[in-house]
Amino acid sequence: MERIINLNVNHECYEVVIHSCESLLDVLRIRLRLTGTKKGCNEGDCGACTVIMGGRAVNACLVLAVEADGEEILTVEGLAQGTRLHPLQEAFIKFGGFQCGFCTPGMLMSARALLDENPDPTEEEIRRGISGNLCRCTGYVKIVESIKEAAKIMSGGDLHDR
Amino acid sequence: MIDEDKTEITEEDEGDLTGALAHKIHTVLGKRIPAVDGAEKVTGTAIYTVDMTLPNMLHGKILRSPHSHARIIRIDTKRAENLPGVKAIVTGKDTLGKKNGIWRRYAELCDEEILCRDKVRYVGDPVAAVAAINEDCAEEALALIDVTYEVLPGVHDPMDAMRKGAPQVHNHAERNVNINRHIEWGDVDNAFARCDHIREDSFFCSSQHHACMETHATIASFGYDRKLTVWTSCQSQYYVQILLAGMLGLREGDVRVIRPPTGGGFGGKLSLDSTQFCSSLLSMKLCRPVKIVMTREEDFIATKRRTPMHYRLKLGALKDGTLLAKEVKVVTEGGAYTGMGATALYLTGFFSSFPYKYPNYRYDGFRVYTNTEGTSAMRGFGAPQAMFCGESQIDMMAEDLGIDPITIRRRNSMTPNYTVPGQAIIRSCGLPECIDAIEKYIKKRGPLPSNHGIGVAAYGFMSGGIFNWIDTPYAFAAAIVKINVDGKVDLFTGAVDTGQGANTTLVMICAEELGIHVDDVRLHVGDTSVCPVDLGNWGSRTTLMNGNAVKMAAADAKRQLLAYASAQLKPNIVYDLDIKDHRVHLVSRPERGISYFEVVKDAIRGNEGQVIIGRGHYTPHRKGMISPAYSFGVQAVEVKVDTDTGKVELVHVATAHESGTVVNPIGLEGQLEGAFHMAAGYALMEELKMKDGKILNPNFRDYKLFLAPDMPESEVLEVDTYEPEGPFGAKEAGEGLTNPTAGAIANAVYNAVGVRIKDLPVSPEKVLRALEEKCLQEEKPDDLYVATS
Ligand code: FES
Ligand code: FES
Repeated sequence: MERIINLNVNHECYEVVIHSCESLLDVLRIRLRLTGTKKGCNEGDCGACTVIMGGRAVNACLVLAVEADGEEILTVEGLAQGTRLHPLQEAFIKFGGFQCGFCTPGMLMSARALLDENPDPTEEEIRRGISGNLCRCTGYVKIVESIKEAAKIMSGGDLHDR
Repeated sequence: MIDEDKTEITEEDEGDLTGALAHKIHTVLGKRIPAVDGAEKVTGTAIYTVDMTLPNMLHGKILRSPHSHARIIRIDTKRAENLPGVKAIVTGKDTLGKKNGIWRRYAELCDEEILCRDKVRYVGDPVAAVAAINEDCAEEALALIDVTYEVLPGVHDPMDAMRKGAPQVHNHAERNVNINRHIEWGDVDNAFARCDHIREDSFFCSSQHHACMETHATIASFGYDRKLTVWTSCQSQYYVQILLAGMLGLREGDVRVIRPPTGGGFGGKLSLDSTQFCSSLLSMKLCRPVKIVMTREEDFIATKRRTPMHYRLKLGALKDGTLLAKEVKVVTEGGAYTGMGATALYLTGFFSSFPYKYPNYRYDGFRVYTNTEGTSAMRGFGAPQAMFCGESQIDMMAEDLGIDPITIRRRNSMTPNYTVPGQAIIRSCGLPECIDAIEKYIKKRGPLPSNHGIGVAAYGFMSGGIFNWIDTPYAFAAAIVKINVDGKVDLFTGAVDTGQGANTTLVMICAEELGIHVDDVRLHVGDTSVCPVDLGNWGSRTTLMNGNAVKMAAADAKRQLLAYASAQLKPNIVYDLDIKDHRVHLVSRPERGISYFEVVKDAIRGNEGQVIIGRGHYTPHRKGMISPAYSFGVQAVEVKVDTDTGKVELVHVATAHESGTVVNPIGLEGQLEGAFHMAAGYALMEELKMKDGKILNPNFRDYKLFLAPDMPESEVLEVDTYEPEGPFGAKEAGEGLTNPTAGAIANAVYNAVGVRIKDLPVSPEKVLRALEEKCLQEEKPDDLYVATS
């Protein structure tokens, strides 16, 4: 069955015709061509598709598009402010928080949701905050370090004083 | 070029240059340079194959065998063809009937049809493919294809497969033996007779999946000009180009392969896969682009995986721990096809001698066909298996002899300029220093709480393989450097970055050689019609092989620039020129110099307006059978064993790894940390569970990878070496790091609770069972006492 839903993605409003069985992930990737959000499994197991919906990190592959009707959604494409990268993005670059980069958009969104809720997380909280996101490349060490450093600058510290 | 390198270094430092010193004289190398493709990867703007859409593009799906072994009697595609939205269907009849394989010279090793014609040989073997207007429609069509099979008895275990009368997976392979390998030096039997102590042990190494986060995916577009363009997630665009051309009956030059940013490889994207063949076949039928993306389940069941191995080791030593002889017998589960598996068989035999000096050594390996998913290359390429078994056994040997595990390793350690008889020439080797560093680390950790244990394992690995399996007439690696009028440099290389950082490494090497900055270099990779031929990313070859090619190309361009600068600076003939930090200067009198940018402009003007082009290439010559260089290291892992559940917790890990001059510490650490994650998974829990050849856990719910909270703190212990064969003294730091972990963890578990697990993974059930058995055995003497008294 076809339906029309309204989405606010990265502060832009979309009216989208969808099939009732379509996932939010497919709507983002196929209908809106926002391919930054990745599909690693389509089964809710890898976190590559993590976006922020209504302030919470969700696996977009598990959200039916109809459930997202009227919601505000933030994807990796909306993380930077204009031409300025988000501190998380800067930190991931500086500290090597990615290798192949395929898990990175999902990691960043999980990290963003974590820092929104808890601006000064401990290392353990960071590790727990990204425990729904698989990474096959990095062993998570530099991802955790990147998030830690981003938290520091976001709370006024400096990314460069280390 | 290599000799040039050596003189260059010795001139500067009288031949006494270590990696540590090398960092000091470099302006780019050794610095923590962020990845050159970082901005696109953190913003979602890196376009992977799975992200691409072409105008008029169709979506494909592949029908796969549900049986592990069956004859195809009939394929009826009528009903599927009639489904609205379906545009084309291909089956084995649409192929040329050739068999694919990487060893193009050896027909019997080319054994994989691109769509099965007569027989399917594993659950997942491709039988037909559909192109339709969208994925759902293609999926629906698959269900409408009627395949009549005659199910045959399958053989799913290599030991069973070698028995007389076992079902034949391929008609040509007697007793299902795909290939066997023998390596031998010294006089093994005589040496065993002289040993004070001999141990014989059996081990089993389980299967592991690459589990790249980006599944296998391809878009093929065959045009009305009869030329094929393919975008694919792969580890060598060159292999894909020539093997596709061969299998499809096209000229190599009419196949252009583009490799967009690639979401992981680890060996899994080295063999060609069904998305590449099927999308091409479909596109050729339609002259429309066709995209095929594997589901996670397909990625698990229908690609390739790490080779399971049955190991039997005999090790002989003198009382003082000197290892005199080793005999290795291995049977590997080949799965249905050869893939890159023949090399895994050879390398596991070679690396079973690592990293020690065995005067007498014998290896016999058999790779056996079974009706299971093919086994092939995976990070470490046979070496993690060799070193799990070898490093477990050497600890047992040490205990038998009453020697410390560090001491026995030190006594037998490879050293610089050692020759593995008939096999390999080792130049730089920092293993003794790595052993020292780990010994210090263990002392520093002090006494451990109960049920904690530290295990160590030593390892080594190659820096690229000397195997011309594809039978290419081209150099193994090549590069082109183009200097433009504004001083910006275009670097063209066929090197493949699947995440391991090759892009950044090569840009750094180029910038270092030319005396410019990293952001002066624009990198062009991943397109067979633009980049020089390259064998791709395997065997940890990129830093050394591509690095040498890039360095040579940059040096060639630099030489041309310096010729113009020389005319201006008019140095005395005995002074030579160099470029550093955008300044062309006299090496002996750095204050005399001119701007690099001015020299570039003059050079181009003086060259009739032509850009400056430098060319470089690298092929190892006279470097033994395996590799031009080897890296070494030792890892120590501390674990805590829960004796109630058998669960092994990772507490701390330290690795002393020497990889010659460190090009980029961020990259090196990232490789180390990532390798540990993969290898710890291999050691403790990653395992493809099978029943009758069917993989039972093809998803991340049932095939688990370690998560961020599971990972221990990790420490890198620096050991400096300088590899004369490598660019600026560098060598591998990629796969080798996967080798020690399983052995170190098994040793740690033993040291923690006294149980020795000899088959991977070291799962809680196995630990628990072993603990129970140990308990029973410890009770026995009491029982005896009671009985006799
Ligand atoms: S794609 Fe959604 S969790 Fe893997
Ligand atoms: S960077 Fe490759 S999966 Fe995380």
